[in-house]
Amino acid sequence: MPGKLKVKIVAGRHLPVMDRASDLTDAFVEVKFGNTTFKTDVYLKSLNPQWNSEWFKFEVDDEDLQDEPLQITVLDHDTYSANDAIGKVYIDIDPLLYSEAATVISGWFPIYDTIHGIRGEINVVVKVDLFNDLNRFRQSSCGVKFFCTTSIPKCYRAVIIHGFVEELVVNEDPEYQWIDRIRTPRASNEARQRLISLMSGELQRKIGLKVLEMRGNAVVGYLQCFDLEGESGLVVRAIGTACTLDKLSSPAAFLPACNSPSKEMKESPLVHPPSHGCRSTHNSPIHTATGSRLTQNFSVSVPTLIYTGMGSGSAGKEGGPFKALLRQQTQSALEQREFPFFTLTAFPPGFLVHVGGVVSARSVKLLDRIHNPDEPETRDAWWAEIRQEIKSHAKALGCHAVVGYSESTSICEEVCILSASGTAAVLNPRFLQDGTMEGCLEQRLEENLPAGCGFCHIPYDELNMPFPAHLTYCCNCRKQKVPDVLFTTIDLPTDAIVIGKGCLIQARLCRLKKKAQAEANATAISNLLPFMEYEVHTQLMNKLKLKGMNALFGLRIQITVGENMLMGLASATGVYLAALPTPGGIQIAGKTPNDGSYEQHISHMQKKINDTIAKNKELYEINPPEIAEEIIGSPIPEPRQRSRLLRSQSESSDEVMELDLSHGKKDAFVLEIDDTDAMEDVHSLLTDVPPPSGFYSCNTEIMPGINNWTSEIQMFTSVRVIRLSSLNLTNQALNKNFNDLCENLLKSLYFKLRSMIPCCLCHVNFTVSLPEDELIQVTVTAVAITFDKNQALQTTKPHVEKSLQRASTDNEELLQFPLELCSDSLPSHPFPPAKEHLESASSNSGIPAAQRATSVDYSSFADRCSSWIELIKLKAQTIRRGSIKTTVTVEKASPMGEGNFRNRSAPPCANSTVGVVKMTPLSFIPGAKITKYLGIINMFFIRETTSLREEGGVSGFLHAFIAEVFAMVRAHVAALGGNAVVSYIMKQCVFMENPNKNQAQCLINVSGDAVIFVRESELEVVSAQQPTANCQPLCTGGEVTT
Amino acid sequence: MTSELDIFVGNTTLIDEDVYRLWLDGYSVSDAVALRVRSGILEQTGATAAVLQSDTMDHYRTFHMLERLLHAPPKLLHQLIFQIPPSRQALLIERYYAFDEAFVREVLGKKLSKGTKKDLDDISTKTGITLKSCRRQFDNFKRVFKVVEEMRGSLVDNIQQHFLLSDRLARDYAAIVFFANNRFETGKKKLQYLSFGDFAFCAELMIQNWTLGAIGEAPTDPDSQVDDMDVDLDKEFLQDLKELKVLVADKDLLDLHKSLVCTALRGKLSVFSEMEANFKNLSRGLVNVAAKLTHNKDVRDLFVDLVEKFVEPCRSDHWPLNDVRLFLNQYSASVHSLDGFRHPTLWDRYMGTLRGCLLRLYHD
Repeated sequence: MPGKLKVKIVAGRHLPVMDRASDLTDAFVEVKFGNTTFKTDVYLKSLNPQWNSEWFKFEVDDEDLQDEPLQITVLDHDTYSANDAIGKVYIDIDPLLYSEAATVISGWFPIYDTIHGIRGEINVVVKVDLFNDLNRFRQSSCGVKFFCTTSIPKCYRAVIIHGFVEELVVNEDPEYQWIDRIRTPRASNEARQRLISLMSGELQRKIGLKVLEMRGNAVVGYLQCFDLEGESGLVVRAIGTACTLDKLSSPAAFLPACNSPSKEMKESPLVHPPSHGCRSTHNSPIHTATGSRLTQNFSVSVPTLIYTGMGSGSAGKEGGPFKALLRQQTQSALEQREFPFFTLTAFPPGFLVHVGGVVSARSVKLLDRIHNPDEPETRDAWWAEIRQEIKSHAKALGCHAVVGYSESTSICEEVCILSASGTAAVLNPRFLQDGTMEGCLEQRLEENLPAGCGFCHIPYDELNMPFPAHLTYCCNCRKQKVPDVLFTTIDLPTDAIVIGKGCLIQARLCRLKKKAQAEANATAISNLLPFMEYEVHTQLMNKLKLKGMNALFGLRIQITVGENMLMGLASATGVYLAALPTPGGIQIAGKTPNDGSYEQHISHMQKKINDTIAKNKELYEINPPEIAEEIIGSPIPEPRQRSRLLRSQSESSDEVMELDLSHGKKDAFVLEIDDTDAMEDVHSLLTDVPPPSGFYSCNTEIMPGINNWTSEIQMFTSVRVIRLSSLNLTNQALNKNFNDLCENLLKSLYFKLRSMIPCCLCHVNFTVSLPEDELIQVTVTAVAITFDKNQALQTTKPHVEKSLQRASTDNEELLQFPLELCSDSLPSHPFPPAKEHLESASSNSGIPAAQRATSVDYSSFADRCSSWIELIKLKAQTIRRGSIKTTVTVEKASPMGEGNFRNRSAPPCANSTVGVVKMTPLSFIPGAKITKYLGIINMFFIRETTSLREEGGVSGFLHAFIAEVFAMVRAHVAALGGNAVVSYIMKQCVFMENPNKNQAQCLINVSGDAVIFVRESELEVVSAQQPTANCQPLCTGGEVTT
Repeated sequence: MTSELDIFVGNTTLIDEDVYRLWLDGYSVSDAVALRVRSGILEQTGATAAVLQSDTMDHYRTFHMLERLLHAPPKLLHQLIFQIPPSRQALLIERYYAFDEAFVREVLGKKLSKGTKKDLDDISTKTGITLKSCRRQFDNFKRVFKVVEEMRGSLVDNIQQHFLLSDRLARDYAAIVFFANNRFETGKKKLQYLSFGDFAFCAELMIQNWTLGAIGEAPTDPDSQVDDMDVDLDKEFLQDLKELKVLVADKDLLDLHKSLVCTALRGKLSVFSEMEANFKNLSRGLVNVAAKLTHNKDVRDLFVDLVEKFVEPCRSDHWPLNDVRLFLNQYSASVHSLDGFRHPTLWDRYMGTLRGCLLRLYHD
């Protein structure tokens, strides 16, 4: 009996009138935990009762403490008839179970009723006394911390990152139990809310146990989802990354506003002079390493961890001599794991070595009733299958790990699409191992640090590429090979060198399908999937080129299944990575060149496209330095594609420039217009309107190229549902409708938030669902953050400065090469390799071709198409975009940090007034430092109405409900003593209506991390200044230098 | 493709001041959109009409949800559903309770009942203010009235406390409540030249001096039966005013009074002869007004009487405002020199207020 839960009911306010005669209420409260219930006295005739109850004490197992929510019910006492329920409050007491989080929950909670919404508030105090549990075989996992944040939380340091944890629990959905026919909607909703609350408690406890088994103490990037499978049941599943975290004691030690694991980040900048030059310095050592050759072979055949000393500080400490040792350790470290997956999207410096590309797998399943809730094997097996697939895809890319990993489902009737995606990557073993390693790692030489391009270097072997791609030498270090385009699901690494600004890029697609049943339906869907994936990628590629950019971050592809259609929506943030070659343009080719007017039309279009590209380059300030140097074309000759796809002749631009022998600068993409589809593609390319001036948008945490955030943030959720007229149901019309829907939604957002200009919409998260035959629902959650105008203006300057900067970098590089050359042999990286070898000793690579072969199906671009269709049967396909690399420089952190510091001069914004709780989908709060994590917020609400018209129709109903959900989240955070929710996410918003019956129902699931933050202005200047100095140079070189 | 549902919910509730004004002014969504289009917002922002429509709908929905809370402003401060910065909350409340001069003149002094509500249609037509806006303003008056009607203590303070209005607006509401409670007639044709400000000024003086709460007479015992309220005139005081009648009933006193005033003002007034000729009429008028205040009906006609008996005669003789001031000062002060007059305090309480009112009422 290891815990005592104590609850005190203090008072109520703004209660509804329950007695019409007196216009008053005789309220009392029931407090229930597990099977124990306490009651307060009835407080007669008041809408603001003061119960001031005694402490109700529950003596319970800690297992129950983790699983059960505290349930508080407010009722109106009625002498003659049954007491009427006013509403309920569910309080998750998990945050009280670990010592570092909250110690007491105390505050005003909205009293919630699933039919009436919020009805007044109740003041409650909750405490837990935990006794030490000496039982080793306990079933509880109290003390394991959970974070939704997908990076190492600010006030912690990652000692070890253990890896993937997952769990799922299943149950019958109360809504579909026989009893539901005879009980009230309220009872049914409450049964559901309670069950889900219980299930998520259980899930969290089970995951906690797994973490303890791995010797970890925390789960980062915890993502819990519900699958409402209808008749067949209810699945609650969660994934996360187990870690051992250390609390950073001195608050000044970390970078306040930075995105990522502050501490190390900061250090690194400090160690090295902040000038851009330092990039090259770090870089150089990596490339040369002689020893790397040895490792090279390894990297291919085994899931290897390659260490390139990216980042700096800690990472940089590993020494060359230990390569072999490291390799072994890494291998073993990762091999021990069934799934070397990480749900993180941002990493400690040095963690991410190379990025291979996006891997994804999908599988179409038919749901059947879950017969035994205690044995969720079927669902487990499904996911295991998909994960296996992901793992093998990653291997095919020469990567041993998958980062930025996530899973999702889309359900329609009895068909379910399971999807998983992530970014294949090579990781630094240092964080994956136990402390024993540290000793040797520490010795690593500083010189190993690469510039912010290391992550871009291909992890796979050049001669056995898993898909046709065009490799060139890294434009930054010139030493290793990089792909022409890089797609990833992670955030832009903090030290990546980016030119200009980024922007949100979306691919949108609809495909009609016949209505069908069971297997036929599943087959139809799986047949469509490869085409959809392919087209989504084509669109992304085209749009990326149109923007003049060469890399995508935060890629999220959502495929939604409906009765008679499939929808695909891909969102990502496009950027121009300095390390990658300049993207070629898009060329349009007509199929029938004879026709004069046709040609004219084509050339007209071509002009339009070229103009758009030029305009975009200006808009996003993409002014890459002219590269004139040696670059070698990709060894793999590319077969010309004749499909209407764009195909990348990356051989072109870069190679051309360098070799300069073959052809002049060539455009990379050819768009052949041979049918209406292609026309449509071209049109859709051109219809995307850029955001109005002063607005930027991205779906990553922060916007590359903006560093001067101010403290004003506005998180919002916007929902739109459109009804398609059944007449126009053609793919084309559908696409147009869907496209318009998304574009109009964005336009509305820009308009609504115009008072915040200049600002950036960050973490824009679109979710599509198909609630009914002809309805499309799009839900967007994002945060608008303002930034300093003055600085924004300066961005125009950078053109000049950047090139200057660039120039200087080049110079330095020149200078440094010699140095590196000598140094490499000594420090060298264990594996930085794959590419290097390619260049230096291509002969070397004796890579098992067999392995490669299997993966070949996942080619990029056009080539992929054919192979895909053959190879991808029902389900999974790996999405491969160009390979991916993540650069690690100092940059990413800076944006935030800088913003704040910038602000120092400006008058601090009016400080938050009492009771204000900020919410943001980001992991940080601009202009502020998170000082404490109070626990995870994970809430599930159902709202139903039988008087839809009276509540303002569907819009009025949902508007009020979402506002209520926000209110309840804020109230819980405030009760924990917090003043913000970070990494907030609305995971589900299921809306169903029946206007004829005047009814509607909505389910919402949200989560996030409750935190306490302190305004930057209140921090010591010292701590603030350092990061500023360091961070700035890379992103806005001009500023520092000037 | 039709939009079924279209909402935007911010963690901080977005308030667009312009749209709020349109909503308060009672425009329908489509009218509001049209007006916004006319304001040139589309050109400024590059938005489309559809965007504007969606935005307007959204704001209207928010305001509609907020309206319930605005009816009891302290609720707006304590509610948890909408996170609104304090300055915005103040703005919402202040604007919601603001009223149109044209409207308030129509209902000032009228009983705030259902009957009047039916007249709102006519008022709307007459003033050009939308019926919706008229309703809101009328309901605001009524709501404030209901809440503070029975309350003890300072009227302005009560209003401020329960409706969180600015000082200025709370004073205006105090006047409205005071007028509504005492049903002063303000709609007669001869009163049309008076603004709401004129009446509000008078109301404030009367509240300060003529009610039970006035001049330290507030009972210290909270349980006392006396209606310590700013809304009701002090009945006892009104009763006592009859005593002033002696000033005109007693011929000697009246003559003496006149001579005192004339002596003092000789050479100082440009309208001295007119004053001298009219003195008795004016004095009779002013004193009779006082003596009649025991009847509710005459209380209601207070302003009509003042205008008829004093303002109009003076105006027809073209008294400059300064002369009116000199006259009233002297007229009030001289009474203290009348030996036979035994109610100087009562006189001051009456005349002090009346003098202020008359000076304010005396204009074209």
